[in-house]
Amino acid sequence: MLRPGRHLLLGNEACAEGAIRAGCRFFAGYPITPANEISHRMAAELPRVGGYFLQMEDEIASIAAVIGASWAGAKAMTATSGPGYSLMQENIGYAHMTETPCVVVNVQRSGPSTGQATLPSQQDIYQAKYGAHGDYEVLALSPWSVQEMFDLTLRAFNLAEKFRTPVMLMTDGLIGHIKEKIVIPEEVETTERRKPAGEACTPFGTDDPCLVPEMPRFGDGYKLLVTGSAHRPTGVRDYTPMYHQMKVNRIREKIMIAIDEVSDVVKTELDDAEVVVISFGASARPSYGAVKKARKDGIKAGLFRLRTLWPFPEKLVSDLVDDAKTVLVVEMNVGKLAKEVERVACGRSKVASVAKIGGVLPTVEEIYGSIRRFA
Amino acid sequence: MMPAKPLSYYRDKYIRNQPSAFCVGCGNGTILNCFTRAVDDLEIPPEKILCVSGIGCSAWIPSPNFNGDTLHTTHGRALAFATGAKAFNSDLTTVVFTGDGDGAGIGGNHLIHAARRNIDITTILVNNLSYAMTGGQIAPTTHRGERTVTSPYGNPENPFDMTRLAAAAGATYVARWTTWHVLELTRSIKEALQHPGFAFIEVLSQCPIQQRRMFGMQDPIHRLPNRILEMFEESTYIRKRPEPMGYRYAVPKEFPDKAFEKINEALRRYEASTRIVDHMELGRVVKIEAEEDEDVWGALANLEAVERISGPLEGKIELGLFVKEERPEFTDTLRRIIRDSGGR
Repeated sequence: MLRPGRHLLLGNEACAEGAIRAGCRFFAGYPITPANEISHRMAAELPRVGGYFLQMEDEIASIAAVIGASWAGAKAMTATSGPGYSLMQENIGYAHMTETPCVVVNVQRSGPSTGQATLPSQQDIYQAKYGAHGDYEVLALSPWSVQEMFDLTLRAFNLAEKFRTPVMLMTDGLIGHIKEKIVIPEEVETTERRKPAGEACTPFGTDDPCLVPEMPRFGDGYKLLVTGSAHRPTGVRDYTPMYHQMKVNRIREKIMIAIDEVSDVVKTELDDAEVVVISFGASARPSYGAVKKARKDGIKAGLFRLRTLWPFPEKLVSDLVDDAKTVLVVEMNVGKLAKEVERVACGRSKVASVAKIGGVLPTVEEIYGSIRRFA
Repeated sequence: MMPAKPLSYYRDKYIRNQPSAFCVGCGNGTILNCFTRAVDDLEIPPEKILCVSGIGCSAWIPSPNFNGDTLHTTHGRALAFATGAKAFNSDLTTVVFTGDGDGAGIGGNHLIHAARRNIDITTILVNNLSYAMTGGQIAPTTHRGERTVTSPYGNPENPFDMTRLAAAAGATYVARWTTWHVLELTRSIKEALQHPGFAFIEVLSQCPIQQRRMFGMQDPIHRLPNRILEMFEESTYIRKRPEPMGYRYAVPKEFPDKAFEKINEALRRYEASTRIVDHMELGRVVKIEAEEDEDVWGALANLEAVERISGPLEGKIELGLFVKEERPEFTDTLRRIIRDSGGR
């Protein structure tokens, strides 16, 4: 674990440092490019703080081990990229159903399939939201710098523990593999999961308005029934419609009632902006450059950068489209977030898209050109 | 010797008050019974036991029945979930219940790797030779030629021998029993729970619902559990235990009853006892027990109704303890790494 202060770090290394500072003491993973440096650093650093690093036989086993460790009381994480992320989906669904706090890092690479294994993309953002079968709400964060790899990994753990839910850190091969200066703070704020106060506990139901039940751990005498099948608040398997509705509605609502708290956006030059660029992660970097360039040329452009991708900050985006002439969504996929923006804009403003695939960033010039066209 | 405890003792102490979800005559109840007796004999507090299971009938043995911590996971992945829990808290006595579909099919990869790591988990693989919960499809353990809903013309595949697979993968305790062998199974579970490493027990178990078709048994369903259990006894032998050899099986050409009649006629002059038995490999056959070996078998040599005479051990499944050895245990090693790196 690095000392507080300034360091020159790889994005993936900053992610591992953030995790350890957040209290992560269990990591299970499987080798995959471009996420490997997270495993490397966890393997080296976790034992030194009393934590466990496991290299599992595949990504399915990695997320499974993470969930098992979480129920044994660990703050736990795994990291992977596209193909591994696909393999993890079933057990991510299990984590939703069993309300298991954990952090899943997807250092996105260009797909589908093996695709461009070493090159970045933002193609998996729908998979983060809809990857597993069934209904649930997901929390997904998107860092744009090495500093944010540290900050948002820390936040991912805090959100996971607070809401008892898997949290996705949706980064990419570019942010994971750039080296930048970061500042590690003296103190960080960490969140601990709510443990049962007394001897009795309903681990899958609560009267608390936050809708997040207390979470006991194995070995503490609560005789837990944890199951991916539909269950009563006690954990007993039960397929009656009422219990299923109660469960699925609550695990969605516990996220949605906290949307203001979990939403995290950074606004640049937005006050009088006529062309609003919406972007996130790596593609927000040239977007920022393009907005600055446009301003220099007298074009009223601004940047709305999402650090929380899911749940989608509908209200904030809705307010935005009321004031903008054009919303330009910049992303490294075929235009996925643009669809979400279109849905919220509902025809109130023009929504355009800079959608770049091929494993390369959209350039400042490309984005600037689009801003000019719509100004 | 300790006085026998009533069933209600085990039920009240180890079983949640749930109606059983198992079909009548299922082997799961027997296995749960053996498990609770093993736990009780060893005086392990149930709240220190974590039972992890996957998907399928076997998964319901602990969940929701066992009155300790249970983690009922996704199909085939129980061992991977258990690995995480056990690694983080090695004080948990961790037991995985899996089936042949769950543990040999979809979860086969996790099984061999858990064995390779020698992590201190007891794995009980309930082998009912099929995917029973989903309707009796072929499993990786189904014998070649068996007819199931997905092999209506006979299974074209060859089965895994799960016990030999676990041993080859590095499990340091390996045993195989059947639901007929309840005392041996209970003793084996006790040994496995005490064994500091990956312990694997395969339990051949009856499924009257799905095995009925597989074994071509025409009886009413309530007669099947006993018939299958007796077949398990007939079709197995215990390694390193002397097996009586004064018997053979006559495989009938067509009808066992007809063969039985003809054999009895042919053996009228000899001291031999005959009866029709079920045999997993040979089918419904006539078992002939006789002292004067060669003459008896000679008298059967050219019988029209008999296809062939089979030796006592032909096609039988070997039971017993296969492996018991010590190797460094995985979570011990993880803790040593932490100590050596100054972590604790």
